[in-house]
Amino acid sequence: MTETTKHSHTLSVLVENSPGVLARVASLFSRRAYNIDSLAVGPTEDPNYSRMTIVIDVESHGLAQVIQQLDKLINVISIIELEPVVSVQRELLLVKVSTDATTRSQVLETVQLFRAKVVDVAQDAVTIEATGNSEKIQALLRVLEPYGIKELVQSGLVAMSRGLKPGSKDLDKK
Amino acid sequence: MSNEKVTGAQALVKSLEHAGVDVMFGIPGGAILPAYDPIFDSPIRHILVRHEQGAGHAATGYAQATGRVGVCIATSGPGATNLVTPLADAQMDSVPIVAITGQVSSGAIGTDAFQEADIRGITMPVTKHSFLVTDPADISRAVAEAFHIASTGRPGAVLVDIAKDALQTMTDFSYPKSIDLKGYKPVYEPESSAIRDAAALIAQSTSPVLYVGGGAIKSAAHKELLKLAEVTGAPVVTTLMALGSFPDSHPQHLGMPGMHGTVPAVTALQKSDLLITLGARFDDRVTGKLSSFAPNAKVIHADIDPAEIGKNRYADVALVGDLRLTIDALIPAIKAEFKKSQPDLTAWWNLLNTWRQKYPLGYDLPSDGSLSPQYVIERLGKIVGPDGIFVAGVGQHQMWASQFISYENPRTWLNSGGLGTMGYAVPAAMGAKVGAPDKTVWAIDGDGCFQMTNQELVTCAINNIPIKIAIINNESLGMVRQWQTLFYNERFSNTDLHSKRIPDFAKLGEAMGCVGLRCDRPEDVDKTIAAAMEINDQPVVVDFSVHRDAMVWPMVAAGASNDDIVVARSMAPVWDSQEL
Repeated sequence: MTETTKHSHTLSVLVENSPGVLARVASLFSRRAYNIDSLAVGPTEDPNYSRMTIVIDVESHGLAQVIQQLDKLINVISIIELEPVVSVQRELLLVKVSTDATTRSQVLETVQLFRAKVVDVAQDAVTIEATGNSEKIQALLRVLEPYGIKELVQSGLVAMSRGLKPGSKDLDKK
Repeated sequence: MSNEKVTGAQALVKSLEHAGVDVMFGIPGGAILPAYDPIFDSPIRHILVRHEQGAGHAATGYAQATGRVGVCIATSGPGATNLVTPLADAQMDSVPIVAITGQVSSGAIGTDAFQEADIRGITMPVTKHSFLVTDPADISRAVAEAFHIASTGRPGAVLVDIAKDALQTMTDFSYPKSIDLKGYKPVYEPESSAIRDAAALIAQSTSPVLYVGGGAIKSAAHKELLKLAEVTGAPVVTTLMALGSFPDSHPQHLGMPGMHGTVPAVTALQKSDLLITLGARFDDRVTGKLSSFAPNAKVIHADIDPAEIGKNRYADVALVGDLRLTIDALIPAIKAEFKKSQPDLTAWWNLLNTWRQKYPLGYDLPSDGSLSPQYVIERLGKIVGPDGIFVAGVGQHQMWASQFISYENPRTWLNSGGLGTMGYAVPAAMGAKVGAPDKTVWAIDGDGCFQMTNQELVTCAINNIPIKIAIINNESLGMVRQWQTLFYNERFSNTDLHSKRIPDFAKLGEAMGCVGLRCDRPEDVDKTIAAAMEINDQPVVVDFSVHRDAMVWPMVAAGASNDDIVVARSMAPVWDSQEL
């Protein structure tokens, strides 16, 4: 095997909205030893279909193989790789940060700077909601870390292509 | 058209009839019981097996012998879990089977009810697709889709799990006229640009090999393959799953590649400049150490499954499509290229013929005069001839049966290639005989394999399915013992089965309603086989008591490079320097 670099890819996968589909996809990834960084599933504009946004860490030569194997699942309608530059990619973060009278204003300033939102305030903590791409979320966390992160929850990435590119209505692509 | 009011169970059986099912193998039980009432009245022949695993392998044997979809049926829980091995087996070898299983009532699903098992979840990784049906209105569509998915594209195993209450509830029956699955559109016609690219590569190659896999049999491409071989003049190797797709007797046939392949077949792939890969999948048993497999070869890869392209080996040209259509398209394209320039394969054939002369398949007879397993199998092949169907278990006897019987026709060699399922032979032979009642069906089984599934001989005896079983009895798990001999200093841990003492296979056969025969002397082999061939109204079990130290050669050790093929113990081929 030649040297290959590990690389994250974002796949937007249109699937039938039927029971067991998520299990099939998860089972395939597990069986073939593909690493999932994140997976988000939700409804689409058409109730018959759901969309999965899957971020996988795969050696570059293996991406085509992952797509082909996914495509073999009968419930998978279409798969598109979303390149970061031509797509909008977002994660959602909820983070509870320790604050006291002296640090609260600094934390709030950070929230402003990152265009995040405070969604809950307690005496000794604020809860912040932020959306953005992975880099922004990571940067925000780095700034907040010194204040003390008490609790953190993050969604998987969701993504969509920019402009009127194929992405949602390409059921006949396969 | 008015829809008929029926129970879900009746809808199931009607759907199976609409799907063209003529026979199914199964065992009833609680959750599937409603279905067995209409089965009682159906023209579909139901063969009551003795273990669900037998039903599954019988469906597989039926499908492999006929090309039609094999069907097995079982109840929920243990009935269904007993089907897991045959489902995995069929899926690995791309055999179209449909398994129908009963499930506990929909309200009880998820409650750990009696005989509940999440069979859809359990079989997800080992099936092409699976259904869980809880609404009787969905039964006919699920069955229709299951048969469609199992039999089209790359064939495979499909499970339809039906909740008991869905079988009991009334519904309107109509069988879907057409099937449109948005996420399943197999491609049959190869791209014409890829055909041209492939033909151009073939026209440049001076040492090509046609590397033929099981896809040649599934797509019924044997006639086209013969034409392609003759147009190109290239040597042909047929994998374990492809035996019979190209006549073994053809002068261009080099034998089987792989771990126990012939020296010419293995070495031709290693030294080739172009692998014309036809419905094969670069399995590790063929390639040996992948990084040193056919190092100088470009690859044309024809397969109906796009996921096989580039999975193990990079393909310079990918031909995704049905193999018969692909070869049909290739032949005129190659002829057109050859009009411009046709490569001279003389030097390549000289080399291949040298290897053929130097390293033919062979075996040594035991010095003590006892029976040689290879001799038994070779005689069986000669006496039965190329019209019989041979069904092997897994192990040494399987490899010898692949080596020492000449296969001339597709669907005459059935075995468990991918999963390597010991116990496959008896039930698969039963299924093959049911599908091809006019053929002589011989199971060549090991004494280890035979003891896993022989209960189906009872099914054969009672249902007038006169198969013949040749037990190659070396009183051990022979292939494992061979590895212990070669790689574990002859420490024979748990491979001695003592099966020359217990059980008495001939008596066991008799007890199960078969004729039991024994043979332990070389001079009795022919007349024992002849005696077995005479019996056509009962299954026959022949216990061939053979020498236990015989080994399968040639051999490429697991994980080793194909360059390190060993012809016989401690005997590597000696290559002339100009050959390398």
